Amino acid sequence: MFAEFLQYMLSGITVGSIYALAGLGFAIIYNASHVINFAQGEFIMIGGMASSVLVAAGLPLWAAVILAVLLTMLVGLALEIFAIAPARDADVVTIIIITIGASIFLRGVAQLVWGKSPRSLPAFSGEEPINLFGAALARQSLWVIGVSLLLILLLGWFFNRTLFGKAMLATSYNRLAAQLMGIGVNKVLTLSFGMSAVLGAVGGIIVTPITFTSYEAGIMLGLKGFSAAVLGGLGNGAGAVAGGLLVGIAEALGAGYISSAYKDAFAFVIILFVLFFMPNGLFGKRSTERV
Amino acid sequence: MLEISALTSHYGRIQALKGIEVTVAEGELVALVGANGAGKTTLLRCISGVQPVSGGRIRFDGKDITRMAPELRVGLGIAQVPEGRQVFGPLSVEDNLRLGAYRRHSKDVDADLQRMFKMFPVLDTMRHHPAGTMSGGQQQMLAMARALMSRPRLLLLDEPSMGLAPLLVAEIFRIVEALKKEGTTIFLVEQNAYAALGIADRGYVLETGQVVLADSGQRLLSDEKVKEAYLGL
Ligand SMILES: Nc1ncnc2c1ncn2[C@@H]1O[C@H](COP(=O)(O)OP(=O)(O)OP(=O)(O)O)[C@@H](O)[C@H]1O
Ligand SMILES: [Mg+2]
Repeated sequence: MFAEFLQYMLSGITVGSIYALAGLGFAIIYNASHVINFAQGEFIMIGGMASSVLVAAGLPLWAAVILAVLLTMLVGLALEIFAIAPARDADVVTIIIITIGASIFLRGVAQLVWGKSPRSLPAFSGEEPINLFGAALARQSLWVIGVSLLLILLLGWFFNRTLFGKAMLATSYNRLAAQLMGIGVNKVLTLSFGMSAVLGAVGGIIVTPITFTSYEAGIMLGLKGFSAAVLGGLGNGAGAVAGGLLVGIAEALGAGYISSAYKDAFAFVIILFVLFFMPNGLFGKRSTERV
Repeated sequence: MLEISALTSHYGRIQALKGIEVTVAEGELVALVGANGAGKTTLLRCISGVQPVSGGRIRFDGKDITRMAPELRVGLGIAQVPEGRQVFGPLSVEDNLRLGAYRRHSKDVDADLQRMFKMFPVLDTMRHHPAGTMSGGQQQMLAMARALMSRPRLLLLDEPSMGLAPLLVAEIFRIVEALKKEGTTIFLVEQNAYAALGIADRGYVLETGQVVLADSGQRLLSDEKVKEAYLGL
């Protein structure tokens, strides 16, 4: 009974961590530019696919991970520099449509280069699960939860403790004032895409040993991450993390106790439900700007 | 120090500046007055590089900066206190100030922070509060201190007294005068023409995107046209 519940919770927290990272990716870009980047899921996919391909080609895991993260970061930066920046003065909806186009493009390229078949990675430290009060905890889950936690703490430190992090926040609160302070806001926007890409890539890599990946794995992961970000109140980092865990846990419990056939529907039901009662998300920003 | 010649700027099809000629010399306090919509804010935005220029030239220290990126102008020593204060509401007062020194990578930022707290004691007491929770007057102090944190050589002030109680207005003008005494060059935009021209070395009157009068502050104050249009006398 309890072991079963624990089992569902563990798998919910594991996959929820990935949604949280994706949600953070959405939040960072949203904050910097008010754009919802629908190619976030493709960052996750590229991270997972690139690392699997590289490991399959014989590279050691650590090298494959580093290269996959770098590749994804370059894709993120290139997306901003070549597709988003030229349209910087266009309205936000136009830019969002560009990101949708980019996601389709990236999916197409991935299919062309890496093929259609699903791929996987070996678990980082063995397949033997750990027995936890009767539930089986996959070792890879510990990797997922640990690495996600580390990244979240790192981001918290970056935004709260470093001048550059604060400059990024300042740009999101007031772009004009940020420019007047001498903050290169275009650089901030480019960087926000690079950071989101890295978050996505890492999430995609650490979860691949558990879930497999394929050229279209980004669609669902991206949507779940978006759900997490919306749930937490768009642009709220801590909210995105909470939203991600909530979606992950709800999904796992729903799949376990009700039916796994509707697994993906749970996330979206929660979103509709929460947004109906709390249009700004669970932790929506109250506006404190200007009195 | 600042030389603006034949400057034009547009919002879409609307021409907001129609060939502006303005100069500000080192150490001067120059006032720019004009009615609502005359183009004062647009001019300051052009000087800071956050508004596209469609023609003409802006020179700073003899160097053409017309197309220079805004962040580089801050590095040259041009700081602006924008209209409506524009503080970073959710960030603390201290963070706002530190961001003012964003382009300075030196260690004496802490010393300047203390200097600002001395000059504006209210900022010290509110140091860890979000800037957005402060009153309008306090936010104006913060906006000025934040601009000063960049150690500007040229300070652009856009209606610093707007919407403030008379006592605070006097305080703001006292600070502006003190800054001038310290040697900061100031370009002051005001609708409060009386007070602005009163402390200014020279003044310009702007009407629908054009400079219509330019003279010393005192002579503008006694100019019949200025009296009629801006001083309500
Ligand atoms: N964002 C904008 N889009 C279109 N037109 C604008 C915009 N901002 C200003 N304008 C127009 O440009 C002209 C100059 O505006 P500006 O804000 O520079 O005037 P101002 O002298 O600063 O006025 P105020 O005293 O009200 O601050 C006005 O006619 C105004 O309507
Ligand atoms: Mg104005």
